[in-house]
Formats: sequence, structure tokens, C-alpha cells
Amino acid sequence: MNYETVIGLEVHVELKTEAKVFCGCAARFGAEPNTHVCPGCLGMPGVLPVLNKKAVEFCIKAGLALQCRIAPFSMFDRKQYFYPDLPQAYQISQGDLPLCTGGGLKIVTPGGEEKIIRLNRIHLEEEAGRTYHSGAGATGYSLLDFNRSGLPLIEIVTEPDLRSPAEAKIFLEKLQEILRYIEVSDCKMEEGSFRCDANISVRPAGSQEFGRRMEIKNLNSFKAIQSALTYEANRLGSLLAAGTPPEQEESRGWDETRGMTFFMRPKEKATDYRYFPDPDLPPLVIAEEWVEEIRAGLPELPEEKKARYMEEYGLSAQDADLLGSSRETAEFFEATLRLYSGEVKTVANWVMGEFARLLNLEKLTPIQSKLEPEALAAMLQMIDAGEISGKIAKTVFEEMFYSGKPPREIVAEKGLAQISDESQLVVLVREILAQHPGPVADYRAGKTKALGFLVGQVMKETKGQANPGLVNKLLREELEKLP
Amino acid sequence: MELSTLSLKELGNALRKKAVSAREITGAFLERIKRFNPDLNAFVTVAEEQALAAANEADLRLARGERVTPLTGIPVAVADTICTKGIKTTCASRILENFIPPYDATVVSRLQEAGAVVIGKTNSDEFGAGTTTGYSAFGPVCNPWDKNREPGGDGGAVAVAAGLAPLAISFDTGGNLRRAAAFCGVAGLKPAYGSVSRFGLAALAPSLEQIGPLARQVEDLALLYQVLAGPDPLDATSLPAGAPGRSGQEFTGTAATGRPGLRIGLPREYFAGEELQAEVKDLVLAATGILTEKDGEQVDLSLPSTGYALAAHILLAAAEASSSLARYDGVRYGYRSPEAADIDLLYKKTRTEGFGREAKRRILLGTLVLSAECYGDYYLNAQKVRTLVIREFTEAFTKCDLILTPVTRELPGRAGEEKSPLRQYQDESYTVAANLAGLSGLSVPCGLVDGLPVGVQLLAPAGREDLLFQVARTLEKAVGRFSSPFLRG
Amino acid sequence: MKLEKEEVKRLAELARFELSEEEAAEFSHQLSEVLAYTGQVREAPVEGEKPAIHLLSLTNVLRDDEVKPSLPREEALANAPHREEGFFRVPKILEES
Ligand SMILES: [Mg+2]
Ligand SMILES: [Zn+2]
Repeated sequence: MNYETVIGLEVHVELKTEAKVFCGCAARFGAEPNTHVCPGCLGMPGVLPVLNKKAVEFCIKAGLALQCRIAPFSMFDRKQYFYPDLPQAYQISQGDLPLCTGGGLKIVTPGGEEKIIRLNRIHLEEEAGRTYHSGAGATGYSLLDFNRSGLPLIEIVTEPDLRSPAEAKIFLEKLQEILRYIEVSDCKMEEGSFRCDANISVRPAGSQEFGRRMEIKNLNSFKAIQSALTYEANRLGSLLAAGTPPEQEESRGWDETRGMTFFMRPKEKATDYRYFPDPDLPPLVIAEEWVEEIRAGLPELPEEKKARYMEEYGLSAQDADLLGSSRETAEFFEATLRLYSGEVKTVANWVMGEFARLLNLEKLTPIQSKLEPEALAAMLQMIDAGEISGKIAKTVFEEMFYSGKPPREIVAEKGLAQISDESQLVVLVREILAQHPGPVADYRAGKTKALGFLVGQVMKETKGQANPGLVNKLLREELEKLP
Repeated sequence: MELSTLSLKELGNALRKKAVSAREITGAFLERIKRFNPDLNAFVTVAEEQALAAANEADLRLARGERVTPLTGIPVAVADTICTKGIKTTCASRILENFIPPYDATVVSRLQEAGAVVIGKTNSDEFGAGTTTGYSAFGPVCNPWDKNREPGGDGGAVAVAAGLAPLAISFDTGGNLRRAAAFCGVAGLKPAYGSVSRFGLAALAPSLEQIGPLARQVEDLALLYQVLAGPDPLDATSLPAGAPGRSGQEFTGTAATGRPGLRIGLPREYFAGEELQAEVKDLVLAATGILTEKDGEQVDLSLPSTGYALAAHILLAAAEASSSLARYDGVRYGYRSPEAADIDLLYKKTRTEGFGREAKRRILLGTLVLSAECYGDYYLNAQKVRTLVIREFTEAFTKCDLILTPVTRELPGRAGEEKSPLRQYQDESYTVAANLAGLSGLSVPCGLVDGLPVGVQLLAPAGREDLLFQVARTLEKAVGRFSSPFLRG
Repeated sequence: MKLEKEEVKRLAELARFELSEEEAAEFSHQLSEVLAYTGQVREAPVEGEKPAIHLLSLTNVLRDDEVKPSLPREEALANAPHREEGFFRVPKILEES
């Protein structure tokens, strides 16, 4: 029998505001422990939360980018549980009245099919502190750092629309891309600013009912997501195949080293979080005008951008995707286009080719690199004007990338200008012909391929600086002149 | 000069005329605290060093002729549930027995900016959960009129009544401040919700409680309130300046003019029950007579949800308390049980040893009320009752200018008297509605029965504190000042 | 509503404290009385009423995204019952239960 996997995700994303969501501490990753804390994010008595406007706007921004409905009225609730990283013993979150509801994200499945993954909601909440475990067994203890406590967090909850671990991965990558694009989060899985829990069940293919659901907690890398979901799908599939479907819904963990999920607790025993409205926080009333203002500030989203690249610039789907999926790359590409009057495809090739290669090599983003769109556009103009050859241009480009110098300066400094002086080249051409009687004879015997060899010799002799078109022309002329 | 009996104005005049220094005033009250606090237990902590430093600072200001306020150089007792930077703040609980906040409550900052001297931290029930101070981890407070009686739930009222401080600030969750004011023969105000910042008040029931002033005279009460009230960006439930319900804070009308045509509402439900002691009822009605004798009017009112209001208050106060008190876990500050081998035990032992009985009772009740099974029936219905109560008061205030009721059903009880928790909650029958509906409630003495003070409660809509002060002043003038045996001394 | 002793113990467990048998019995008795009284909110004429969740008519009380000074670490940790190298230290945290 065939089985179908059903997956829904709960994604937690840290928003990159300057300050925390309910206090003024800096929202920074990687500081010395407990240096970005105040009485508020330490849960000291009497300190009250005051909501950061930017966090609300970022949540709405995410909602708009993901086609959600922005709730005209929403509220904050207390989600209550005891854990040492949660200083108030409740997390300020949103219960039945979240900021964003509905929405969805289009993905292309591994089978090439377009599909919309529906969202249930996006809500705003606060992050907990961090726990570090020290020692083992009876001597073990834990250390707490509250720098992270109170960072703004959005929780994005999908409907159970994903049908394989691969789809889940594609969805998450796409989600990450959009959230980075609209600049609400860095979405760094390794720093924990983008992480997810997954609900997974397996059912006979074609069945309309859901199988028993397992919740896998704290998946903190794409690899973990893929491996854990694949493992769990197989496990549940085997249970079904053996006629022993799981008896209960469970919360399960992922053991990276053993490559297995493991039982944590049955779902029925799920904590009653005793949600209730937080009396310290007045509700949010989001006016249509505010939403429109935020919408107006949204950048063109990757999907829209790619469509435009194909339509307006005639780029292939693949090229449009490569150029459009990172906001910085797209901005670099478009800025260069604005400065350069030649072919779009030429710019595209340099951005996707040499630029991407060097960025990759140095692990930089376009903004972090020293190369400016002005420099690239100037270099391309120089190629078009015959001032440098395409080959030399690669050297110039590399130099621009590392030094940030303008191309003209590099060409001048290194003497890389193209030799287009006919009288100078014709002397060299005659010398080469004299040195290589064999290929000359071949050419005259009709083996025109020999011309390439001769061009190569001239280029070699000029260290690539000769104008190749001109060399070609002169060689032909001189060959004709031979007796 | 006997400083302990002087009014705020009198103290201020003495200071400005250099008849006395701020240091001498603070020193005199510190002396009185040393002498009488062992008997009364009104203070948990006396901030002698900080108080003298603040008094010296005030003297310097006065000497330099800098801007002074009516509170410059005046000692104020602050409830120990209100955080004071560098001064131990226990909330009368063992769980915070050594907690020294690194921050000041907004009201404390406002007092300090006004030049006031925080003289010490006053006792109450643990986190204010109780009505008699019998649930303080540091022992009960005595009533300064009769040491064998309870003082109501607030040590600040006792400090003021006994002349251990000219003024106090405390908090009111269901009537503890007003009840203590009544039982100690002083004036106390629970301001309308949102008029005084709650930042730095260790929460018990955040949707119900407000910080308020206590004083021996209504005029002093108004002056102190003016310093406390005002918008605070650190409290999202603090009304902005100019918001409806936020008073302009200029109470020039505290003169006892006897307002012509005053309509005083008397809600039937507050006078009907047998539990209202006859002598108390008589005095309260006499006060009504005084206030309406010129051309005032008594308006007969009905507030049919009064019974439900108490039930709703008990449930909501407990629900919020269970959440507010969850943070005390021995992890970051406060008491930690020494015995715990793992985190679960740490929580359990710390909270078992750190909290007293009433706090535990409320946490249990609140945990139940917020549980999935009870949320709809208990929590939500209580919140709906609250809507009813608010509406009934809104309607009532279209028929009258203010509402007058007793503060308590009886005279102060015997200290240590055994009462069931329900019976204790019922002690606040007349005061909880103001907390539920966010009204201003002022408790002012109206007479003595068997040598024990009785108070009358005046309720007004948010923003009408001016009216409360004015009417209370009229009453004060008619019935005279109340000096406890400690003051007559 | 009667609150049985076992239920009282379960609630105490949820709220993270321990009760002796006597305390559990006493609280069961006292809280049953309180619940019998407060149960009247279920009979109150509140059909069609909205819960008064927020007392004031305030909405959107927001602050700007500005960083304010945090506490010096020494002050943040000054009240810690147990600290170690800039961290708050607690006994071991068992596997999520
Ligand atoms: Mg969450
Ligand atoms: Zn903070």
C-alpha cells in the first residue's frame, strides 16, 4: 500500500528590531551573558511591559508578505508555564486573537508542481532566555543567560498542507527568503533566529482522514528538519504497514547523533497553559491606513520580481530566480542595469557568474563586498568600447572585488589596456606568421582552424591585451598577402 | 515643637521659616518609629540612612533657595510592595525577604523629584493578599486605637495614624487601603484605574489595583495625590494626559465650601444587609445628613449586581494573583530553598517555604479558575459581571454626583481572630466594586464607636477626584480630626 | 462546586508547591466554600454581555524602537541566589517532563 505524509509547521522567527519587544534592552545576539537585561526582562516585581511599535509593524509586514488578513483587533495573552528560562513564568503571546490570520505561500514541489501552503496565523510573542547545561549526573547544573529574554518573536503556523519532508524544506527556504527580503529577520538557523516544530502524520494514500499526529520539537537546521521528518515518516509508515498504527499522539524530540526521533510525552498530557488576557497590555486596534502605510513600504517580493525580470528583461526562469531570490543581489543587479546601457544579459551573466563565484568563495553578501554597481557598469562600458578584452575584464573584476578600486584605475596601474593600435599589432602578426610556417601552410591548405592557433599566439605574446577582433582581421589580411 | 501632629502645610511653613530643618523632621519621625514601631509593627524596614541623606538634600535645596514643593523635606512611608532602589522590598513575603530592587517605582521617583523623604517600608498582608495584615510574613500590624484589634490590611495607614510618618503611599486591590484608613481613622484614596502609575508595584491583581495616598487630613491627601498621579510611559495602563477620566490634578477646590446642590447616591444594597453593624450604619447615614443638610439631595440608588461583584472580584483577584506570583521561583532573585537537588524541587521547595497560607490559597483558586475546565464558567463570567457592574455605576452617576457607602461592615475585629477565607473576602464587600469598575474611592473618618474609628466611602467616576476631596473636606470639617492614642500620647 | 483534596493537590502541583495532608484538607474545605459562593457568577444575568477584559478604553499603547540602557551586569546579578561567571546558576534541569 502507498502512504501519504501530512506535515504542518510552527515556525518561530526572531524579529530584528533594535530593542526588545517589551523593554528597552538591546536585541543583540552574541553579547556577554546577562549584559542586555533589565528588571523587565528579568521578571522582577512590578515591572510592566510596554510594546515596541516596530515589532508590531514587522509582524504586520510579515503578514502582508504572506497574504494574511491583518486583524483589526488583537490582544496579548499570558501563556503560563514554569521553566527557568521564562522569567515571569508566563510568556506574553497571543491566543485566540492574533495579529495576522490566514494567508499562504506558493512553493514549487520537487515534482515541479506549483502549490499553495496555507497559513493558519502569525502572532507576536516574546522570546525566552537561554539555558546552558553544565556537568553530568548528580553534579550537573544549569546556567542561565537572559540576553535573549524578551526578544520579539513571530510564530507562523501553517495548515497541514505539506506532503513530504522535501516540501517542508522547500517551504521553509522560501519562507526564509521572503522574511529576509522584507528585512524583518536575519532568519539564521544557526543562531536560533529561525527554528521550527513540525506536526507530522501518515495515512494511506487517498485517505481523507488524518493519521495520529506526532509533534517533533526544536528542529534547528535544514538538515535536522529533513532528516527528522524523513525518519518519522518512515517510522509511521512502517507502523501502518505492520498494522500497528501509533496508539497516541506524542511530542517527540530529534536525536541528531543517533539520527532518530524519540518519545518525550503523550500529547493528551499536554500542559494546560491557562491562557488569559494580559491585564498590563491594552489591545491593538490596527486601522486600515496603518496597514496600507506598511504595505506601501514593502519591497517588491521575490515572486513579483522574478516575473518582472522574465517579462521586462526577457531573462530565463532560471536566471530570474537566481537574480531575484536575494534582495541584495537583485538590488545590485538592478542598480548596475540603471548605470549600464548595454545588454541586460551581459550584466546578468557577470552578476550570476564571477560576482556570485567570488561572493561564495569569500562568504560575503553583495553589500559586504567592496564592489559597487558603478564599478561593474564602468567596466562593462570599457569592454564595449574595446578598451579591455573580455578576458582581461576577469582580472579587472577580481581586482575590483577585492580592492574596490574603479576599473580605469586598475587598468592603468596594471597596464591592462587593450592593444588596438593597428600599426603596432601588424608587426607582431607578421613575426608570428614567420615563426609558425606549419599552421600557416595548414591555413592556406583550407584548414581554417589553424587561424585560431595563430590568434592564440598573438594573444599570448601580448599577455591577452591585443584586441582579439583586430588580431583576427590583421591575420586574415596578412595571410592573404602571402605569396 | 511636636512635629508628629502637624499638617503638611504646617510642616512646610516651619521648614520655610527655618523653624525646623528637614533633617530634624526626619529625625523626629525616625525617633517615633524607634519608639513605637516595636509595638505596632507598621514598618518592615526603616530606611534611616537613605532618609537622612534625602533630608539633608532637601535642607540644601531650601538653603540654596531652589524650587521646593509642598513635599520637600517631608517624610513619606512607602508600602513594602512598592519597589525602592537600594532599599529592601519584601512585599511582606518570605519569598522576597532579601530582595533589593535595582529600580524605583514611578511613584517613588515622583516623590523623590518632589523632594520627599522615603522614611521606610510599611507592612501589609503578603503581597496585599488579605484584609488584616495577619498574613504578613513579618507578623501582623496593630491598630493604633486598640492594640488588640486588627488595623485593616495596611501598615501605611497605621504609620500615619500613629504619627510615625505624616504621609504614606500604599496600594488597594480590593479595599485594603480604604479599609485600613477607616479602621485607623485616617483618609485614604484608591485612585481611578490608570491615574497613578503601577510601575514598580509588585503586582497581585494588576487589573484591579492602584497605588494611593494616605494622610491624616484630606488636604494633605490631595496634595500627595497630585504628586503621585500623572501619565507614565512605563505603564501601558496609565492614562495619558488629557485622556477622559484623567483629572487635571489641580485640586484648588479642597476648601470645605459645602457644594450647593450636591446629589449623593445611597445604594440600597450597601445598607440593606444584617451584616452591617447598626452603629456603623448610623454614623455613615449621619455623614450623609451632614453633606446634604444645606441644599443637597440624597438619591436612592440600586446597584443590583453588588452581590455578584464580590464573587467576581474574588475570582479575578485570585486568577490574576496565580499568574502574578508565578515568577517567584528562586531562580533570579529572592528566597531560594537550600535543599533542592534539581530544578523541579527548587521550584517546589522555594514556593512551599516562601509563600504563606493566603497567597497559596489564592494561587490554588486562581490556577483552578484559569484552567481549561473553569475558564468559561468562572473567569469569563466574572469578567462579564464586571461589565454589568461598570454599567450600573455609569448609570448611577447620571443620577448623582457621587456615591456614599460604608467602608466596612463592622468595627475592626480582634487581632488574630479566626475567620474563614470566604468571611475575610466578605470584609471587602463594600470596597471591591471600585476596583472592579476602576472608580475613585475615598475613605474618610466619620466618627467613633466605642473609641474606634468608622469610615465613610465616597465613590466618584474616574477624573472626579476633585469632587471627592472637596466633599471629604466638608465632612472632615464637620466631624473633626481623629487622633489615635499614639498621637494624643 | 466541591473541591476535593486530590484536586487541591493537583492544583498545588501545577502551581509548584507542596501541601501537607492537613493543608490539602483544610484548603479543600475552605476553597469549596469559596467556590460555592463565587459560583453565583454563573447565574448572573450576563447573557449577551462582553467580558470587561480591558478596563480602560486605551488601545495601541506603543513605544518607539529605541534602545535604553540595560542594567550593569553586577546589578542584574546582585540578587541572584547563586551565580557563576556572569550567569544565574540553578540546579540541574531534568529532561522536559
Ligand atoms: Mg510560540
Ligand atoms: Zn530588558
